[in-house]
Amino acid sequence: MEKLLDVRGLTMDFGGLRAVDNVSLEINKGEIVALIGPNGAGKTTFFNCTTGIYTPTGGDVVIHPPGEAEVRINGMKPNRITTLGMARTFQNIRLFPAMTVLENVMIGRHCRTSTDIIGAILRGPNTKKQEKETIEKSYALLEKVGLDHLANEFAKNLPYGAQRRLEIARAMATDPFLLLLDEPAAGMNPQETKELDELIVRIAREEGISILLIEHDMKLVMNISERIYVMEYGKLLAYGPPEEIKNNPKVIEAYLGEEAVHA
Amino acid sequence: MIASTIRKAVIAALWLAFLTFPLMVVKVNTLKDLVEWRWINLAWVLYSGFFASLVWQVLYQYRKTKKADDEDDPSLQGLSLGDRLMVSLKDPYVLVLLFALAYFVGLYPLVSFEFWRWSCKIALAVLAAKLAYKLFLVKKVRSCSAVMKESPLSKPILFAVLGIAVIYFPFSVDSYQVNIMVLALIYVVLGLGLNITVGLAGLLDLGYIAFFAVGAYTYGLLNTHFGLDFWICLPLGGLIGTFFGVLLGLPILRLRGDYLAIVTLGFGMIAHQVLTNWTDVFKGNLGIHKIERPGFFGMEMDLAQATTYTYFLVVLLVIGTIFVTNRLKDSRIGRAWMALREDEIACVAMGIDMARTKLSAYAFGAFWAGTVGVIFAARNTSINPNSFTFLESAIVLSIVVLGGMGSIFGVIIAALVMMLMPEYLRDIGEYRWLVFGAVMVLMMIFRPQGLIANQRRTYKYEGAKGEES
Amino acid sequence: MSFLDFDWEYFLLLFAGGLVKGSIYALIALGYTMVYGIIQLINFAHGEIYMIGAFVALMVSGVLTIYGFSGVSILVLAAIVAMIYAAAYGFTLERIAYRPLRGAPRLSPLISAIGMSLFLQNYVMLSQTPDFLRFPSLIPDFAFMEPIAHIINSVEVVILGTTVITMLGLTYLIKFTKVGKAMRATQQDMTMARLVGINSDRVISMTFVIGSVLAAIGGVLIASRLEQINFMIGFLAGVKAFTAAVLGGIGNIPGAVLGGLVLGLTESMAAGYISSAYEDVFAFGLLVLILTFRPAGLLGKAVKQKV
Repeated sequence: MEKLLDVRGLTMDFGGLRAVDNVSLEINKGEIVALIGPNGAGKTTFFNCTTGIYTPTGGDVVIHPPGEAEVRINGMKPNRITTLGMARTFQNIRLFPAMTVLENVMIGRHCRTSTDIIGAILRGPNTKKQEKETIEKSYALLEKVGLDHLANEFAKNLPYGAQRRLEIARAMATDPFLLLLDEPAAGMNPQETKELDELIVRIAREEGISILLIEHDMKLVMNISERIYVMEYGKLLAYGPPEEIKNNPKVIEAYLGEEAVHA
Repeated sequence: MIASTIRKAVIAALWLAFLTFPLMVVKVNTLKDLVEWRWINLAWVLYSGFFASLVWQVLYQYRKTKKADDEDDPSLQGLSLGDRLMVSLKDPYVLVLLFALAYFVGLYPLVSFEFWRWSCKIALAVLAAKLAYKLFLVKKVRSCSAVMKESPLSKPILFAVLGIAVIYFPFSVDSYQVNIMVLALIYVVLGLGLNITVGLAGLLDLGYIAFFAVGAYTYGLLNTHFGLDFWICLPLGGLIGTFFGVLLGLPILRLRGDYLAIVTLGFGMIAHQVLTNWTDVFKGNLGIHKIERPGFFGMEMDLAQATTYTYFLVVLLVIGTIFVTNRLKDSRIGRAWMALREDEIACVAMGIDMARTKLSAYAFGAFWAGTVGVIFAARNTSINPNSFTFLESAIVLSIVVLGGMGSIFGVIIAALVMMLMPEYLRDIGEYRWLVFGAVMVLMMIFRPQGLIANQRRTYKYEGAKGEES
Repeated sequence: MSFLDFDWEYFLLLFAGGLVKGSIYALIALGYTMVYGIIQLINFAHGEIYMIGAFVALMVSGVLTIYGFSGVSILVLAAIVAMIYAAAYGFTLERIAYRPLRGAPRLSPLISAIGMSLFLQNYVMLSQTPDFLRFPSLIPDFAFMEPIAHIINSVEVVILGTTVITMLGLTYLIKFTKVGKAMRATQQDMTMARLVGINSDRVISMTFVIGSVLAAIGGVLIASRLEQINFMIGFLAGVKAFTAAVLGGIGNIPGAVLGGLVLGLTESMAAGYISSAYEDVFAFGLLVLILTFRPAGLLGKAVKQKV
């Protein structure tokens, strides 16, 4: 199987606090993989380390863009990593509120287009063509996530669930081979979650984009992911296919136990 | 409700009176050890404070409820005239206008300001219009812009009228007024330039005027020392402005947004100090004199002609700036700038190179300041450091803020208002900064989008379905 | 130049001058840093509070002089009234210009602050005068200072002494009082502080009040040293003090003091040994230099933004 993301022994310290401790994780082509764990387990920090927002203290993050040589991306700037083909969404939605929905997606195309200031002023045939393509692609993405009818609304005016989907569309606009979703279902109602569930599967199957997601909604996770990694207190607790994880006593104690308390 | 509003207003007025007492009432002559008590000012403060608080409360209430604009108010339909009046009186605009009118009228006989009389008349006219509309025209009147959008001819007609007005202007007034207009238009360009940095990219630049100085001194020095022509210096000014933009931008654009404010402010002050103190090169406070006006194929021009010529040059530059900013706004670069303003982290996560994008916005803003600086030097024929102080940076910034950040049309209007108002309303002159300072605060609180909010372009696209594969 | 040839007296003179300047910067910088620490706002109008403090002190001393009060009693009364007024202005400023903008985009309160700064400057200019006013020298020359008066005079000693006492008082206030604890809690996590019952609005108001009082102390001190004031002193001192706060690491209270001293000494030394015409150039040059190598300032911690 073709390995796309290979994280080995990732460690992240904040001062004296070890938020991520020697975590290894890999994702193969076409997979949907979930990263779960109780609140504060270090999942989002793990994401931030792999996407370049933080520079990890130790370990290796290596990505292998299809058809290209593998790249070690520790300490690389986030925009470089996105350009290499790994895009993400955020746990606390981070859209561009005062821009329209379509423009939000068009921003995602930035790293795949090349018009510079002079080009934008002259607006020559190349620029026009690029601009047209950007609009078309962005519009098509909006249709895929079902937001095309809201294309000219301001992003801040969208309902919560729609904002989450817009974030996904925006990330997809960067033409990723791997998509990292940070709690995409947070704050969604069951109907929206179900739609999201379908959307994620569709992205993986039809677009051939592999997905790593952090999620608390167990139903969603168990439904769609092929493999699951469980983190607790910054460490990797277990990994394997959903059935195995479901029945892993350690996981039940650490994670589902907490879920039971919450429920 | 009314009682508590009035009580609050009275308290606010008393508090203000307390606050302003030592400065408004007492005046000490430290040389002769005399104290002057100006009790009349206390009355002023109480009176103004009371009305200001009323207006503030109404606006604040309105802001909290966040009601949509009242253009189309169905609640008025089918009511009797008296009831309509009652409803209208609850409208915040009407209330504010009423208070304003009461305030101005109350002191009408006492104050001889031209400005006062005008304010009074304007408040009355707007109030009358508003009430008439509320009372008799309940159905929504189509707004000007809606009419414009519907008629295909209206846009060309508008442009034609505007064009004729712009061309006719210098021939209809004396050259003093043309000269003032040139200055106002120079600030339009500055406003549009800073609008790129602050309005679009969200980088607060408090030393913008330094780049303006770079342009002006580029022309001033090159012209007086080497006799270089205006037309050679115009692009040079822009380029050198850009160069300084990049030079200063490189070390500081990594900084957190708030730090940028102080460092750019510092650059502005450094520039001013260097211009003032490096007398060997910049001739200190005396400045540089006898700079040539722009030439036109060696044609001889008298002062009036030269002024008119400069006017048309700067008009062209304004048009050029509008054109360029307009194109950039809806381009890949412009969108990246705006995204940067909205959320830096999301921006880099979407593959945008933050440092490069910031630098381009900063340097491009500097480009316009440098270019128009050359025209400024040519207009004045002499320049000195006093045209490039923090206050000038603040003027340009308030133009951008008042105009509505990111909005081109708004910035133009704001620049014209700010530069022309003190000229034509002489007696507001010394109160200008007091008013602008207050307006900046009020604007941020009650109308953060500025006079004219930035409109985002909407895209129409239907072809996507067919092309999906 | 050998070690002994070095003009130590001149150096000490510059050093004392820099220390005095730096301690005034520090007093004002504290207001910037405390406010920033809590609501991440650059209170651009803070320098104006300092200027108003000096003006109020001038008014009070002018009135008292005419009614026959003398030296030190005038100074004490003037300083107290100036502090009360500065506190009132700081409180009102926050209520009018910043509180309505809580939660607005970051640029909004900053622009509001700049507007407020312009407003207050012009308010003082119009209600008083654009010219410089003579500030009475209220601090007497102490006899015991005679031998070293050519290096550091009485006024400067009083400034240094007052600054040290004020800093100690502030440290006590922040470390040991209830208000101080509430301030520190709010600074760390406003939401959490609210949850445990701290009235964050009141804490923010208190912060403005304390910062303003410190600024007023600075205002009165510097006015008695320079012996003249006008409406622009707030802007210039404010910019420098803010620079000091950023130098030290904004939001960090010891940092503001350190930043103030470093800035004051740098300016004094550069003016004395290189050129007095480029004071601002050195000050801001230092700022850019330090920020380039330590983007969070001397004592500031790099804050990881929560993603």
